[in-house]
Amino acid sequence: MSDEPAIEAVGLRKTYGPATVLDGIDLRVPKGSVFALLGPNGAGKTTTVRILATLTRPDGGSARVAGHDVVTQARQVRRAISLTGQYAAVDELQTGTENLRMMARLRRLPRARARERAAELLERFELTEAGGRRVAGYSGGMRRRLDLACGLVTDPEVIFLDEPTTGLDPRSRRAMWDLVAELAAGGVTVLLTTQYLEEADRLADRIALLDNGRIVAEGTATELKEQVNASRLDLTMTDAPTFDAAAHALRDRVIYLDSTRRVLGVSTDGSAAHIRALLDEIDPTRTTVERFAVRDTTLDDVFLALTGQIKETTGV
Amino acid sequence: MSDLTAWPVLSGRNLRMALRGVDALLISLLLPVMLLLMFVYLFGGAIDTGTEYLTYAVPGVLIVCSGYGASLTAVSVAHDMTEGVVDRFRSMDVGGRALLGGHVTASTVRNLCSTAIVFAVAFAIGFRTDANAAQWLGALGILTAFIVAMSAFSAMMGLLAATPEAASGFTFFVLFLPYPSSAFVPVHTMPSWLHGFADNQPATPVIESVRSLLLSQPTGDRPWTALAWCTGILLLSLAASGPLFHRRTR
Repeated sequence: MSDEPAIEAVGLRKTYGPATVLDGIDLRVPKGSVFALLGPNGAGKTTTVRILATLTRPDGGSARVAGHDVVTQARQVRRAISLTGQYAAVDELQTGTENLRMMARLRRLPRARARERAAELLERFELTEAGGRRVAGYSGGMRRRLDLACGLVTDPEVIFLDEPTTGLDPRSRRAMWDLVAELAAGGVTVLLTTQYLEEADRLADRIALLDNGRIVAEGTATELKEQVNASRLDLTMTDAPTFDAAAHALRDRVIYLDSTRRVLGVSTDGSAAHIRALLDEIDPTRTTVERFAVRDTTLDDVFLALTGQIKETTGV
Repeated sequence: MSDLTAWPVLSGRNLRMALRGVDALLISLLLPVMLLLMFVYLFGGAIDTGTEYLTYAVPGVLIVCSGYGASLTAVSVAHDMTEGVVDRFRSMDVGGRALLGGHVTASTVRNLCSTAIVFAVAFAIGFRTDANAAQWLGALGILTAFIVAMSAFSAMMGLLAATPEAASGFTFFVLFLPYPSSAFVPVHTMPSWLHGFADNQPATPVIESVRSLLLSQPTGDRPWTALAWCTGILLLSLAASGPLFHRRTR
């Protein structure tokens, strides 16, 4: 029994009207590991989590979480999991302590135990001082911490975190990362979704890239990076028209785009010959490329190369 | 089973939040006082109901306040449905029945307090009644039935509304529903095309029953009509809420 995975999904499908949101998702997450579902908005990350957390029924396929079927044994699954959604699902008009006690009571802890548990969690999430204040006055980072704490009143076997750091400032994001790493060290299985490759790279043992309801690649961060060329050539174009012309000419080969700085990146093996060939191809007259730089491939590049999607970089 | 443990916890939650929401609190406390003073001192002099106007208007104010107060349930339900709280509850095996039951219970407690305030203010400005204990119980029973029914109906509307803003549009409708009835002026003074609606809308038997009971007058079968309306609205709301909750949480 112990080698049964914490999460196992086979051929999950979900459609909403004419839109196919999930088009056959297979997942296998070993116990005690951290697994990241990575993908852009609308890829199907949240739907996958909702199905695994028993909130939505799949139209096809099946899934088992903590050894129970998510459709036929939803109640047993719910006892073993905790879900922290995209929006901090805590009550603004209640204090941190009241939110935690309520969750503990809803998890059927007796009153005294609920009070103790709330105090323990506030302490652990560095919210003891804020515990008596209403959540309305909390910062985004404090809310997320409280939200996560609310999911831990009973020790869950599997924790789902749907975009746990979206909208957080860099400092709170790092604090959240530390908390997730701590949970994972405690032996809990964590499935998180994220749009940030850095986050997946840092936290997850394994990563699945989700695009248009399909898993386009799965593996460790290193394995995924090996799937594309090791380097990226960044070209700074002289002006907007040459930038547009080059972007148009290269089309699908562009894996990085920053129109404000007029930079576009293409994949390269990093050899002098390949870089020279690329420069000659893009700038035969030797007038339109102002500068160039060769960088190591990031997970971002992998993602763009595998999903064929080029997203304007906003300089995060 | 789990609904039974969750229900009181969620009722407490909603009551606590209602006490802290400035809007709901002001409406529960100030609206009764303002309505009563406004009708009695501003309009009352010009309205001839054949009785002391204060006595006539109290049941109307009771219904407007508790109806409107109950309708705010729609906003809090809609809020829960859109804010992700409902997902967390469902992932904890706390279902729609417990969630909505908590809202309806909290709304009922809140509006019974509001009712007590109306009575307190009414007595303070001279309202007197000859009603005996049974009549008092009858009046309070009908008011409670009305509050429970309106709260359940509003909870259902909260499930139907896509956003809390849409739900608050519904509360506006409920606020004005009792006016075309015998709440503040006798129906026969209204234009004749309105009589059909005013005589037969649910607020009328409720108001008339409460008024007759408080004034220690014969009630006829009005209390039964009132209770039939309340039961009907309650059953309809409960029946519709299941599928609506399901639809919203697919």
